[in-house]
Amino acid sequence: MEVNEQIAIDHGLKIEEYKKIKELLKRNPNLTELAIFSAMWNEHCSYKSSRKHLKNLFTKGEKVIQGPGENAGVIDIGDEDAIVFKIESHNHPSFIEPYQGAATGVGGIMRDVFTMGARPIANLNSIHFGSTQHKKTKNLLRGVVKGIGGYGNCIGVPTIAGQTNFDDSYNGNILVNAMTLGLVNKNKIFYSKAAGLNKPVIYVGSKTGRDGIHGASMASAIFDDKIEEKKPTVQVGDPFTEKLLLEACLELMKEDSIISIQDMGAAGLTSSSVEMASKGKLGIELDLSKVPCREEKMTPYEIMLSESQERMLIILENGKEEKAKEIFDKWNLDFAVIGKTTDTQNLELLFNQEKVAEIPIDYLAENAPMYDRKWKKSKLPQKIDYPKDLFKSLKLESCLTKIISNPNICDKQWIWEQYDHTVMGDTIQKPGGDAGVVRVHGTNKAVAASVDSSAVYCYAHPLTGGKQVVCESWRNLISVGSQPVAITNCLNFGNPEKEKNMGEFVECVNGISEAAKFLNFPVVSGNVSFYNETKDKGIKPTPSIGGVGILNDYKNMLTMDLKKEGNLILVIGKTEGHLDQSIFSRIILLEKKGPPPEVNLFNEKNNGETILKLLDKKLIISCHDISVGGIIIALSKMCIKGNKGVKINSQIKLLNKFNYFFAEDQGRYIIEIENNNFAMVKKVLEENSVHFDELGVVDGNKLTFKDELNISIQDLNKKYKSWLKNYMIS
Amino acid sequence: MKSSVIIFPGSNCDRDMDVALKKHGYKNKMVWHDDIDLPKCDLVVLPGGFSYGDYLRCGSIAGKSKIIKSVIEFANSGGLVLGICNGFQILTETGLLPGVLQQNKYLNFICKNVHVKVNNKENSYFKNIKKEILELHIAHNEGNYFCTKDELEVIKNNNQIALTYCNTEGSDEEEFNPNGALNNIAGLFNKNKNVLGMMPHPERMIDKYLSGNDGSIFFENLIKNYI
Repeated sequence: MEVNEQIAIDHGLKIEEYKKIKELLKRNPNLTELAIFSAMWNEHCSYKSSRKHLKNLFTKGEKVIQGPGENAGVIDIGDEDAIVFKIESHNHPSFIEPYQGAATGVGGIMRDVFTMGARPIANLNSIHFGSTQHKKTKNLLRGVVKGIGGYGNCIGVPTIAGQTNFDDSYNGNILVNAMTLGLVNKNKIFYSKAAGLNKPVIYVGSKTGRDGIHGASMASAIFDDKIEEKKPTVQVGDPFTEKLLLEACLELMKEDSIISIQDMGAAGLTSSSVEMASKGKLGIELDLSKVPCREEKMTPYEIMLSESQERMLIILENGKEEKAKEIFDKWNLDFAVIGKTTDTQNLELLFNQEKVAEIPIDYLAENAPMYDRKWKKSKLPQKIDYPKDLFKSLKLESCLTKIISNPNICDKQWIWEQYDHTVMGDTIQKPGGDAGVVRVHGTNKAVAASVDSSAVYCYAHPLTGGKQVVCESWRNLISVGSQPVAITNCLNFGNPEKEKNMGEFVECVNGISEAAKFLNFPVVSGNVSFYNETKDKGIKPTPSIGGVGILNDYKNMLTMDLKKEGNLILVIGKTEGHLDQSIFSRIILLEKKGPPPEVNLFNEKNNGETILKLLDKKLIISCHDISVGGIIIALSKMCIKGNKGVKINSQIKLLNKFNYFFAEDQGRYIIEIENNNFAMVKKVLEENSVHFDELGVVDGNKLTFKDELNISIQDLNKKYKSWLKNYMIS
Repeated sequence: MKSSVIIFPGSNCDRDMDVALKKHGYKNKMVWHDDIDLPKCDLVVLPGGFSYGDYLRCGSIAGKSKIIKSVIEFANSGGLVLGICNGFQILTETGLLPGVLQQNKYLNFICKNVHVKVNNKENSYFKNIKKEILELHIAHNEGNYFCTKDELEVIKNNNQIALTYCNTEGSDEEEFNPNGALNNIAGLFNKNKNVLGMMPHPERMIDKYLSGNDGSIFFENLIKNYI
């Protein structure tokens, strides 16, 4: 078949891009070559719209062993230990086929981590769905949760934390972001850069089938009415094979035989072989007749584009093939020598002794298009001036119960109970806390991880929103008593060809970078998902931030559950009463305008570091960060978790009680301390110029405030726990 | 006490079990599913996980694996065989234990702490156990025990019910049954009480910093009874 413009367009290429391919090659590509270009040049693989801006991210730090650009980022956690971690999106496939889409998202990110030699020790996820009223939401939620559980549970890696959100803007584009952390000896990290000539290129894992062909292109397109037709582009996962692959790879990695290794993710064999060769400035020759295939008569085109799961490409030292094959035989996995590294700087493909493609590697990687897309700056919206009598008819207690049973606030136990969160025997903080925490096996250290996003804030003002979500991640890690170390980001946005969407992207990235730099909280890995748009309606800008922190002694971990009657409750950080963009404004006052809460990076850092100082002096009993829903929601959760009441100080200086209790000002925490430590705590806070309020005392089994709030923790708990469960069984 | 933990492809609680056994003084060895002979030992453990992907039926392929013949012989000669979660499923597939483990009542995977009551203390596992209601942890999709009426009759007559799901006080009403298991059965013996299958994971409850430490009571008791 002669390649022409129409065929190029059908492969998702723009006409100019097709012209550029012809110019570079100085000839017309054949169909296989065109397909390889289309796979490498799509947004998903080439980052062509985002590359320019991602360069601005803050990525350095003394604990960073590997920043962005590898399969995953790596940080030093002391001794010989390092943590490998990354977050990745699997949005488009999950909307088309929720179970397999989510499952293979989890499988893909785990492969990214164990490719580097790390044993996965924790999974997290951030999932966003449309309105709870939307007809698809329930099934999508059920399918995604089952998919995430189905894969992670089978591999035997605990899912320790996550985040679930509902918003109209995801009605036609759900988000499924999966994150994995792995533990590796820092002297035994494996990279994807090829080195050396005539080294054997090895294919291991599952056989190649016809599933997932054009998956990466599908992930780089907007949706229309015909998305159901794209179902065959969704990959099918087999966690059992992945478990075998994980064990086999880790076994092989104990030997000194791997030069480089790369998992076959998006764009399968194409992107893995090109990336390895490109990083090593080498050529690569593959004989596609040698690729283990699941189906008969697969063509080079199909073999190169298949996104069959659970496959890896390895470049081995010469002479190590037999030993390596023994390991893969033991685990019943395919093992085939399919090619070698060359000095031609070309990707050369053979099939039945015939050359079927030859493309200089540079054209596919370094010379891939890069766009400086137009973007529009967002203005900070005007603050809302709420009329005084708007609050008059409101009752504190009914506002609280309405918010605590809201889908975006309520308990998500129905979800995380379906994830194995205790396998591996080191989970010391389960889902439902501020961050999940797992011990570093056999040591006193522990790793905390959390995943956060604040699309509402990012939509209102992307720059502030970008900063805020990094701060929220930082705060969650502080709240469990860990020292925040680094982040990974999953940048979910609409169509970059639209100035507004592109502007949201650019400004969120700038916000993330600014906060990351100030907090010394570098970005070490991540991915970008554009074109989250259906029939012209895009999602709210949703960067998800996965944060990782370290506890040198896991026995110092903090939890949020209130511990002891008579203990004091303090609010750390100043409450200014900012209601715009709060959940209170949106669901009680029905006001969706206004700016998000201001982010003061100095206070954020200072308040967080002061919490850690208090923890060092063993002065904190419990801790919880204040986020969506404000002080009263944070306090309610602490009461529910500890099954204890709080008497809120009636003398507390309020601006207006609604502003005080529901404001979403940043940089705040609630802590529980022992009564007789108050003077010491006060001294530390004052020395560090940290504002605090004496909020109340742990007391009885009710949450009370003057005569305005008098609710039993049991009732509060019912409101908090029942919504999601009832929704899913109704 | 010498123990052997069998590793099937897809087992994922093998390491946790190894850690738990060693922590409580057992001399443990890991045994590969493709081996034919068991090392000399006093206890064989079939750990949790998804042996052979749990394809066909949970535990069915493991029930036909190479090592399993030796395990059956070991059990028939009176050796202690403990199957946790997927191990329990494997034991029913081999016929060492009666009945089957079906998908949970609400068709969801469940991972949470539960309470179980020790129903029979006349055996090596629970003799002299210091707590009769244990807080343990479950994590499974197929833990809904089922058997025929006749089988249940035999099970009851032989005192084969080892553990039942209950509340903190030991009441085993249906509402405390997490997965729909017949008669709240969480753990089951063979007739001779040397083979025990149980859905809860004691190996995940061996440290107060984890979900709890009642699992330690189980391991300590078993080794004490042996010595």
